Amino acid sequence: MTQITLSKLAHSYLAQPKSDADYALKEMDHVWRDGGAYALLGSSGCGKTTLLNIISGLLRPSQGRVLFGDRDVTDAPTTARNIAQVFQFPVVYDTMTVRENLAFPLRNRGMDATYIAARVNQIAQMIGMEAVLSRKARGLTADAKQKISLGRGMVREDVNAVLFDEPLTVIDPHMKWELRTQLKQLHRQFGHTMIYVTHDQTEALTFADKVVVMYDGRVVQMGTPEELFETPAHTFVGYFIGSPGMNFIDAKVAGSVAHLTGADLALGASYAPITGKCKIGIRPEYCALTTGAGLPVTVQRVEDVGRHRVIRATMFGAPFNIIAPEGTPIAADDTRVQVVADKINVYADDWRVAPQRGT
Amino acid sequence: MEKTLNNRAWFLVLPVLVLVAFSAVIPLMTVVNYAFNDTFGNNQFFWAGLEWFQDAISSERLHAALGRQILFSGIILAIEVPLGIFIALNMPKSGFWSSFCLVLMSLPLLIPFNVVGTIWQIFGRVDIGLLGHTLASLGIDYNYTNNALDAWMTVIVMDVWHWTSLVALLSFAGLQSIPQAYYQAAKIDQASRWSVFRFIELPKMAGVLLIAILLRFMDSFMIYTEPFVVTGGGPGNSTTFLSIDLVKTAIGQFDLGPAAAFSLMYFLVILLVSWVFYTVMVTLDKQETK
Repeated sequence: MTQITLSKLAHSYLAQPKSDADYALKEMDHVWRDGGAYALLGSSGCGKTTLLNIISGLLRPSQGRVLFGDRDVTDAPTTARNIAQVFQFPVVYDTMTVRENLAFPLRNRGMDATYIAARVNQIAQMIGMEAVLSRKARGLTADAKQKISLGRGMVREDVNAVLFDEPLTVIDPHMKWELRTQLKQLHRQFGHTMIYVTHDQTEALTFADKVVVMYDGRVVQMGTPEELFETPAHTFVGYFIGSPGMNFIDAKVAGSVAHLTGADLALGASYAPITGKCKIGIRPEYCALTTGAGLPVTVQRVEDVGRHRVIRATMFGAPFNIIAPEGTPIAADDTRVQVVADKINVYADDWRVAPQRGT
Repeated sequence: MEKTLNNRAWFLVLPVLVLVAFSAVIPLMTVVNYAFNDTFGNNQFFWAGLEWFQDAISSERLHAALGRQILFSGIILAIEVPLGIFIALNMPKSGFWSSFCLVLMSLPLLIPFNVVGTIWQIFGRVDIGLLGHTLASLGIDYNYTNNALDAWMTVIVMDVWHWTSLVALLSFAGLQSIPQAYYQAAKIDQASRWSVFRFIELPKMAGVLLIAILLRFMDSFMIYTEPFVVTGGGPGNSTTFLSIDLVKTAIGQFDLGPAAAFSLMYFLVILLVSWVFYTVMVTLDKQETK
């Protein structure tokens, strides 16, 4: 197991990329700590799979280096990297039995037969497939097949990292939960570095210790689920994480006051003068609808989603969402919103501005 | 799917039934009639029972033709199937050259059978044919008109030239349907080239390959036009396959009784083989979707 370092890495599918837009992956420096459980989160086409394929060696980056520990593996083929990858659609060898499927990577590496048998049994036990070991892999359900793919990835003990490319896409919802739990368990048990690509925030947040959010070929933030929620580094993170996402309002920030179009709002901290297009961001969870003081909003509709209610409103013409606890009465004269000042983030040109210290 | 049962719907099939009756069933019945009767003309028939069938089964001439036929089908399957797969595996997967190869390979399939025969008949001639003349000037004694081995080789090479494309194109279609992830997974599992073929490509091609084998078996088992045009079944009887022999019996010697009995058995054999293939394919399909 090793630490994986991406140094000045960039990739373009074009032979002669001209502008920034030609790059599927913009230049990045990134370190995947040994034994970490990472989720790579982002909308479709943001470069997640490209990044994954570069790590696994299925794709050679057009610029930069990939290091496994101290070893430069940029030009090393997949086979030399000793990584495992689980794909979006289950990949099993149909004509083999489940046992042969699990043993395949070990057999190809010329391992000892008694070791293979023991290891395969151990893995089968972990993924709960001992009962079907002698069955042909063809004809199993999609989630069973995906479990085999997963097992084939885990069967090598010395694997450098296990990569997952949206592995739960074809799995039924109730099985998703089970597989995800199993993944976490496997991670705890073996401590492999795991990188999990997904566009589903629930999957990312429940699986990973560290979530890496990508947007338009760039890593915009890496952090714990809590950091992503409380202090999104980019408006995309604010919008992508959370349901509904963060509210953004155009504002002019001076010191610790935000001047909105028609009102002023006190912030929880003081800011240095800001250049560029400025916005403030506030999570719907930190807003409350009131009758008295606060910012003016117009309620459009109220959605009851079970444990809480989502109030869809507009503020100065822009959409603004509020989450209210279950059973909160919403009266006709509730036209103001009160926000928790400490939870407001300030953004300049979509990137978060850190408040000044000591204020 | 739940289907509505309505037996009156059978009436919709009636026109087709009438057409097929005239084009196939009634002519077939005359063959059945000839198979069980003896005739000396004037539409006078004498009941012969199973006599013609017994004759056909014990006919040495037929045994020899059947032997040649099985040998021929066996050889061309043994060449065309592996060769077709090999070509499909090595064809460009996309881009201009892929389309180019596809068009190039389809060309032989579009040529009418007797034209193929004529092409090779001339191609192999020692006096004016490119192949025959070249071989002759290289000092190789090649003459398909009086050497049985040369005749066989010509007929086999002609069939390979004509039909390998079919196997290759079907295999290619099978290969194209394999998702890229399978190859990537195989790389990660450090599978050898042979393993990739054995465990990924071959299983995924199995369905279309079976169709290819069935088609090639049927066509080669019934082959008539091409060898007839090139060798006329000769030299001697060396390239007289079943259908050539059948035609010789029926409209060469006008032995309609034995020919009819034989063609019925010929038909049943082909029906049987098709049924076996069909059953295997259906079971394979079931396993796939289970």
